[in-house]
Amino acid sequence: MRGKVASPPQPRGSARRSLTRALPVAPAVVLLALFLAGPIVYCAYIAFTDLQLTGQAHSSFVGFENFRAAFKDEAFLNAVWLTLVFTLVSSLIGQNTLGLALAALMQRSSKPIRTLVGGIVITAWVLPEVVAGFLLYAFFRREGTLNAILDWLHLPSQNWLFTLPILAVSFANVWRGTAFSMLVYSAALNEIPKEITEAAEVDGAGGWRRMWHITLPMIRRSIGTNLMLNTLQTLSVFGLIWVMTRGGPGNKSQTLPLFMYEQAFQKSMIGYGTAVALLLLVVGSLFSVVYMRLLRTEV
Amino acid sequence: MPRTLTSRRSSRRLAADAGLLAVAAAFALPLAWVILSSLDPKADLQVKVPDGVTWDNFDAVLTSDITFTPLLNSLILCGGGTLLTVVCAALAAYPLSRFRSRLNRPFLLTILFATSLPITAIMVPVYALFVQVNLIDTTQGTIFFFAASQLPFAIWLMKNFMDGVPKELEEAAWTDGASSFQSLIRIVLPLMGPGVAVVTVFSFVMMWGNFFVPFMLLLTPDQMPASVSINEFFGNRGMVVYGQLAAFSVVYSTPVLVLYLLIARRLGGGFALGGAVKG
Repeated sequence: MRGKVASPPQPRGSARRSLTRALPVAPAVVLLALFLAGPIVYCAYIAFTDLQLTGQAHSSFVGFENFRAAFKDEAFLNAVWLTLVFTLVSSLIGQNTLGLALAALMQRSSKPIRTLVGGIVITAWVLPEVVAGFLLYAFFRREGTLNAILDWLHLPSQNWLFTLPILAVSFANVWRGTAFSMLVYSAALNEIPKEITEAAEVDGAGGWRRMWHITLPMIRRSIGTNLMLNTLQTLSVFGLIWVMTRGGPGNKSQTLPLFMYEQAFQKSMIGYGTAVALLLLVVGSLFSVVYMRLLRTEV
Repeated sequence: MPRTLTSRRSSRRLAADAGLLAVAAAFALPLAWVILSSLDPKADLQVKVPDGVTWDNFDAVLTSDITFTPLLNSLILCGGGTLLTVVCAALAAYPLSRFRSRLNRPFLLTILFATSLPITAIMVPVYALFVQVNLIDTTQGTIFFFAASQLPFAIWLMKNFMDGVPKELEEAAWTDGASSFQSLIRIVLPLMGPGVAVVTVFSFVMMWGNFFVPFMLLLTPDQMPASVSINEFFGNRGMVVYGQLAAFSVVYSTPVLVLYLLIARRLGGGFALGGAVKG
């Protein structure tokens, strides 16, 4: 009986019913189709043309020419390399490891310290991208705080944004993005039953061994999804690097998004810039698919 | 005598506290710079305690040109984008959460897929597309794109929150003759108020901080939101006045920090972003 009551008011006929039910999804679908799917399809199209900003009215289809040009272009290969370094250093190593370390330390620290540290790290995450870029620009500049500290410690200082720009922006990304990993890992660690770690402790397993043999295997799903999301986030960083170095000096911190922007707008080669964008999108999609497989059971 | 478990634990707590404080100090330095410099009459690029505290930097930037117009632009862009996102997400989440359909799973998978696409990558084609359909340099165009880019995650989050509202309450309303739309507005959304708040604040914070989207899609300086106009401090004004730049950064960042604080308990505790992280 209950089952019969438990259905919403519905027009007769199941086709009409499913149509009415699907109706509320329509505004979202329209927006997504026009402003997200549309540009992606358009991206896949103009990547194969020689569309430019200047002068000519129409563009022609050039096939894989943009991609061939890209893989012969040293500036492009440089951007690929820098993107790999940036992602590896700041996301896979930096944000991920530091986030896990912070979460693990927070498990055993006192409450006021935990709140304070969490607050500071999360503030760095919530700050607008440009402000974050700017604070770290000030930190790494020749006259900035980092060199002041190094001087005080009698260590050699240098112009970080000039000598090691990709490392400077990587550290900036760690500063800005670690909070996310910290939150993910804190949640994951909280879900591990206390009895398990306590039992291991009584049996005499030290901190590192407990971490390696018990904790890490138990949170491996969180590690996977966190790595995936961090990587995707880091792949598309633009504002942070733009504010700190503009991709320079030369192109020493020009990751793919900045390279794409330079080709498309400063050099007016929209077709070529879009081909780079498409490559970025394809890499992102691959990560996205892996991420979905990790979550597969849950949908 | 061997050390007991308790004493080992308390010494470990001290070690953990010390480690955390060291990391926190490193994280705090850039934040300290912006706060101290905004109050420092002679601010430069280093963290230092100012000789005297002054509000001059704030006075100098709190003009309609530098601060109020860009902040108002930000508010219109992000407010509009957020409103559109939340309304569309709430509507879309309802059938996904309430009715069973063969299309639900593919739709949700597509949404999940889209949540993790690098939006940065499509800004060049979006620009080219917006030029063709005359949406370039318009506030409404930027709002539409903001909403679309935030929608996948918002739908996903909203659906997860909606699943938490028991269906029994609606059944009663349905028996009384309410339509699904009425039960969504009158019963489901009020019951998931905190969830709606999380989606709203999160969308707003993401748009407020976003630089690349308005940087690409808006051209007229009068329309620029704060995320882009902050660049002006570097470029056209000659010498950078660091104190004023810091003061502007403080003013521009405060709203999102406050909003985040309001929903932090819900985000931090159950970790609502787990909607994306844990499925």
